[in-house]
Amino acid sequence: MTLELQRTALLPADGAAPQAPAPRRRRRRGPRVTVLLAVAVLVLVVAWAVLPQLFTSHDPLAGVPADALQGPSAAHWFGTDPTGRDLFSRVVHGARYSLTGGVVAVAVGLVAGTAIGVIAGSIGTIVDEILMRVVDVLLSIPGLLLSLSVIILLGFGTTNAAIAVGVTSVAAFARLSRSEVVRVRRSDYVEAAFGSGGRWGSVLLRHVLPNSLTPVLALAALQFGTAILAISTLGFLGYGAPPPTPEWGLLISEGRSHLATSWWLTTLPGVVVVLVVLSANRLSGAISQARTARS
Amino acid sequence: MTYALGRVASAAGVLLAAFTVAFLLLQALPGDAVMIRFENPELGLSAEQIASVRESYGADVGLLAQYWHSLSGFLGGDLGFSVASGAPVRTLLGSAIPSTLLLAGLGFVVAALLAAALAFGAILSPSGWLANVLRSLPSLFVSVPVFWLGIVLIQIFSFRLGLISVIRPGPLEALILPVLTLAVPISAPMAQVLVRAIDDVQAQPFITVVRSKGAGEAWILLRNVLRNAALPALTIAGVLLGELIGGAVVTETVFARFGVGRLTADALDAQDIPVLQGIVVLAALAFVVVNLLVDLVAPLIDPRLKRRVHA
Repeated sequence: MTLELQRTALLPADGAAPQAPAPRRRRRRGPRVTVLLAVAVLVLVVAWAVLPQLFTSHDPLAGVPADALQGPSAAHWFGTDPTGRDLFSRVVHGARYSLTGGVVAVAVGLVAGTAIGVIAGSIGTIVDEILMRVVDVLLSIPGLLLSLSVIILLGFGTTNAAIAVGVTSVAAFARLSRSEVVRVRRSDYVEAAFGSGGRWGSVLLRHVLPNSLTPVLALAALQFGTAILAISTLGFLGYGAPPPTPEWGLLISEGRSHLATSWWLTTLPGVVVVLVVLSANRLSGAISQARTARS
Repeated sequence: MTYALGRVASAAGVLLAAFTVAFLLLQALPGDAVMIRFENPELGLSAEQIASVRESYGADVGLLAQYWHSLSGFLGGDLGFSVASGAPVRTLLGSAIPSTLLLAGLGFVVAALLAAALAFGAILSPSGWLANVLRSLPSLFVSVPVFWLGIVLIQIFSFRLGLISVIRPGPLEALILPVLTLAVPISAPMAQVLVRAIDDVQAQPFITVVRSKGAGEAWILLRNVLRNAALPALTIAGVLLGELIGGAVVTETVFARFGVGRLTADALDAQDIPVLQGIVVLAALAFVVVNLLVDLVAPLIDPRLKRRVHA
């Protein structure tokens, strides 16, 4: 459910669109602050995933029945769930599932997509044509349906859900890396490298890949955010981690049965998801902006 | 004309490939849905009876024969039979599509209105502060999980404010929150593309000429900018459709509405491959048709494209 993002977010990079100078000057200060905030959010969530016990002393799995369904307070920042488990602790411990899921998904898309794109872009001709038609087909199936098809194939679970989400981003990585390879290949310094006796493989590794790194990195950051969104959606639908796991989508799904009385159970984990996805998107925007500014 | 025929041919190619991918992906499944359903000893079926059931589902022949059988069926509009319920997939889809189409159609319209309001608000807003807020709203909208948005809307409008009844709402009342839930994430890419297109067009010299002739901002926006900005907005239509389908699946789950989303979830739980295959191919068909229409309509909107096509 992600594809519009990388298209729209990466448009300025290849368009080199002329922009009115006035708003840019006015907004110069704004983006800096939001980028810093975005990085801070991401660093905090990574810390949650790596060392959850530093941030909370409550057990994410064992509850205190006497404390069931309490609203947010100083003792329980995000309140407690029906079995008396501390929700904040569950969200902190759940960061691990969302983040590793996001990393796995991006890795699947990055490796498979870049491989397809680089092969298509550097060989060209009929291979390029065939590979890009395959990418067209991947794009023609809505992301969520594609994920669900992969899940029915692999079975439910955290890693399988992450792989299923990664498959949906293969097409985007393939298109981007292909267009980058084609762009860099035509540049003078690559011609020069070939002219001075460079082999195909070494030119690819030393010139083409490093020079197409930034936009791929921007896309990876963007895909990381969308992957977290998609993984939480699959978790919510019940195809991700099994119930006692504090995965974010599952937390929201479980909170639904107490919608009328305990708003915090669904609202607060969702706010965390929104903040993380927003931060990843902001970071991606900053990376591609830095690139357009340089070129 | 050659251009149109070429586009139709390539669209058909993509569709055939999508069918093949769906077929391979789902046939490669290790589990056998026919066996899962009929091998249960409580049914008391003999081995011969199971074999005849497998034969009736076409599961006993080789992969290539299955592919051919399934493909010729699809071309004739026969999508096979649900393994879980035995009903024709065509009937199941036929009963689910109208409700989803209504939801998605209304969601699209509301999203377009929302996107236009955001984009025009951002462009025409007199204060820079408000313009910045309006410009950053779309990035917030794309970061919101659809299912969570639906839940939060239920919480606010049904439980806090009591405006919309949760228990047996009227047909129109039942549509308000799902449509809103679906529209918000869809409106975000629309607004982003629209704002960017408007920015690009406004930076062009001919706008300065029109402005120097004394035209007001609203006049320029409606008469000159919008026409030129329509094309970039149109090109993301296919992508939006995918979003719309995925969003409808999730929204139907949250609001417990019947539709393609429910059908998908049920098919997934029962490993009902023919149903899932039908849904995937149908979605691909919708995507290909929408993109084909965009490709064919684009030269009509922008004559420059027509020249490029003929050249």
